[in-house]
Amino acid sequence: MDPMEAIKQTYFQECDELLLAMEEGLIAIEAGEADGETINAVFRAVHSIKGGGGAFGFEALVAFAHIFETVLDHLRSGKLSPSGAVIKVLLRAGDVLSDHVGAARDRRALGDEHDADIKAELAALSGEEAGSDEAAPADFEGLDFTPTCIVVDEPAAQSGWKIVFRPHAALYAKANEPYLLVRELAQLGPTAVEADLTALPALDAIEPDQAYFSWTVTLTSDVAREKVEEVFDFVVGDCDLTIEPLSPAPVAVPVTAAEEFPSIAAGPVQPQEKKDAPAAHDAAKQTIRVDLDKVDRLVNLVGELVITQAMLSQRVLECRIPRASSIGDGLSELEHLLRELQESVMAIRTQPVKSVFQRMPRLVRELAAQTNKKVRLVVEGEATEVDKTVIERLGEPLTHMIRNAVDHGLETPEERAAAGKPEEGTVTLSAEHRGGRIVIEVSDDGRGIDRPRVREKAVERGLVSPAAQLSDDEVDNLIFMPGFSTASQVSNISGRGVGMDVVRRNIVDLGGRISIGSDPKQGSKFSLTLPLTLAVLDGMVVAVGDQTFVLPLAHIVESLKPRKQDVRAFGREGNLLNVRGAYVPLVDTAELLGARRAANQDGGVVILVESQGTGRLALMVDAILGQHQVVIKSFEGNYRHIDGIAAATILGDGRVALILDVDGLVASCRNRLATAETLATGT
Amino acid sequence: MDDKAILGADARRQFITFHSGEQEFGADIMVIREIRGWTPTTPLPHSPDYVLGVINLRGVVLPVVDLNARLGRARTEANPKHVIVVVRTGERTIGLLVDAVSDILTVRAADIQPTPELARDEQSEFIEGIAVLDSRMVTILSMERLTASLVATQTALAA
Repeated sequence: MDPMEAIKQTYFQECDELLLAMEEGLIAIEAGEADGETINAVFRAVHSIKGGGGAFGFEALVAFAHIFETVLDHLRSGKLSPSGAVIKVLLRAGDVLSDHVGAARDRRALGDEHDADIKAELAALSGEEAGSDEAAPADFEGLDFTPTCIVVDEPAAQSGWKIVFRPHAALYAKANEPYLLVRELAQLGPTAVEADLTALPALDAIEPDQAYFSWTVTLTSDVAREKVEEVFDFVVGDCDLTIEPLSPAPVAVPVTAAEEFPSIAAGPVQPQEKKDAPAAHDAAKQTIRVDLDKVDRLVNLVGELVITQAMLSQRVLECRIPRASSIGDGLSELEHLLRELQESVMAIRTQPVKSVFQRMPRLVRELAAQTNKKVRLVVEGEATEVDKTVIERLGEPLTHMIRNAVDHGLETPEERAAAGKPEEGTVTLSAEHRGGRIVIEVSDDGRGIDRPRVREKAVERGLVSPAAQLSDDEVDNLIFMPGFSTASQVSNISGRGVGMDVVRRNIVDLGGRISIGSDPKQGSKFSLTLPLTLAVLDGMVVAVGDQTFVLPLAHIVESLKPRKQDVRAFGREGNLLNVRGAYVPLVDTAELLGARRAANQDGGVVILVESQGTGRLALMVDAILGQHQVVIKSFEGNYRHIDGIAAATILGDGRVALILDVDGLVASCRNRLATAETLATGT
Repeated sequence: MDDKAILGADARRQFITFHSGEQEFGADIMVIREIRGWTPTTPLPHSPDYVLGVINLRGVVLPVVDLNARLGRARTEANPKHVIVVVRTGERTIGLLVDAVSDILTVRAADIQPTPELARDEQSEFIEGIAVLDSRMVTILSMERLTASLVATQTALAA
């Protein structure tokens, strides 16, 4: 990649982070949880986006960011109070800024009409005319100022600033460039720049990483002191900076001006809040960017190590070396360390769900505007951590569920008022860890599922027979059926052809499950239960004939020893098992998977498994060998997909065991049973 | 003579030869990753009988194919004397069960004959040619076609 392109990529990555930080800050301010640093952080984020954008010549982006920044500056200085209405405008401005970044990334132009409204609103907030953004430092090209000689003791009417700027070596070390700062000053008005080279030693005494220059900039402009300070926002701690008014005698300064700039006394300008800002920045967690492939390699290697350790332990036991020997002690120490290592490595891949959740407020704002509903999004537990692969695949189903909640779940403000509810509807998005899995819930306080309507629709589409007796739960679950779309008219929000069945498939593909609860008039709630990682799985190891299989624990309902009288023949070859009154298809796993059957047949165990959506199945196995966390190994790269098999894993003895795909097994058995049923009733 | 200077009919290729059934086969040395002893496999359900199952190759789940059975001949009753030739083509790695590995062979391109027309049977789709050296005859196999056929059967089944 060409180096400029690589820098641009980094800039866009940073933009994503900055945009998130900005939105987070604005939401915190809206919720009244903000302190002075929050607004500074928001300001810095927008300022950094603007700065980088300028360097790459994204003019539309810079122009917009500038107007945005101006309003934020007023907010920072207290000229503007952070009322709800103001924050709403700022949040929308943030969305537009994000659009600008997106447009710059895709190299397309964002039409003027896209940001005209919001520009006007921002301008209104900052008390400027919408057209007055001509002064925006959008044009960074060239040093288009002319040095003018200024006689310092001119009449007081000539206002301006004398800025003495002496960078420290640290400023350069942080890749700041004095030239750019001086150029930025030139944007504020006519400047005269004088470089002081007196500190420069003889050539052979120069230390290349030291700072020797300083500059004196005379700025002839009546800009506010804050504007000048702002230029040096990012370097305050790394230079000596003196900003003095041009008129030397304080008496010459009009009284009003003195009131405006109380800290007129000369000396290094290090206002308290500014000094704190970089410090707070440094205190933030240090992070590095790592290629995901490297992490995956590490995860794989540790997985191997754990298996090798298990094999080693088993061999040692086989040699009849007692556990209490020094070898035994060493092994258990090794096991302990490896487990810790594995957990730490897995933790590298985990991220807070925040990165997905943060995309939702904007979605809700846009949906609310499109549907003319009033919506408040409450987000809980966004610090909950889960594997990156899971996070990546959460975005789409969550987006869809939130769309559904706002579009179908919530009523219009009028309907809500008529029903005695507050006009503003609430959508809650929450995440928490529960029993080694992550539970994500999307709930709304809307009208709930319209069961008669859902049922009618399902009958209309031939999904259920009109005579079917369905419980409320069963009706609710109809919305997950393929081919069911609740939107009576296809809006451009939901009902775009992707239904809840796709959401469920996405979740099931992730090894999770989805369920729904609904109260008429009170709202509905979708719960997603997902594994924390896709790399390991909690499984029950079972013996079937001469083979060993792993059943995902998440699918197991219970295991039991069936009595003879509980098994009933059904159809041609099928059997049903009576589990406390409910008949469940009973399948011999050995037969299903073509394993050689053990000679002794009566000692079987039945494991009741449940698949999301397709129901329960009783699997007959020979014995339960134990419960383990296993590393998931795909073999499809070297072979092909096998029905009923999800993946493989390597057991402690080094042999490969297959992990059963419960959803696939249940579906295929149901089909087989259905065929048997038609055969039985058809004759 | 410098190997690299040789072109055309004099170009040489190296093959690893192995016995399976009564025949001697050769495979391009560049696709052979390693040769290892036989270990019991974990059978794969719903698979053709020439797929013996999978083994653990240092953490990689490796499908093992009985070469003799794949070529439409008798199934091999595997025992610890057999070896598995690990073959990697493209992104796929598989193991081939053979009786024994015998030799490394350097053959001039001119000495590789096309498959005789008469010999067209189930195995011919995997045969690149026949190398004749003195009294020996080595059947050169295309490992690319052999590995690809493992995936192709799925499409055949689905159709």
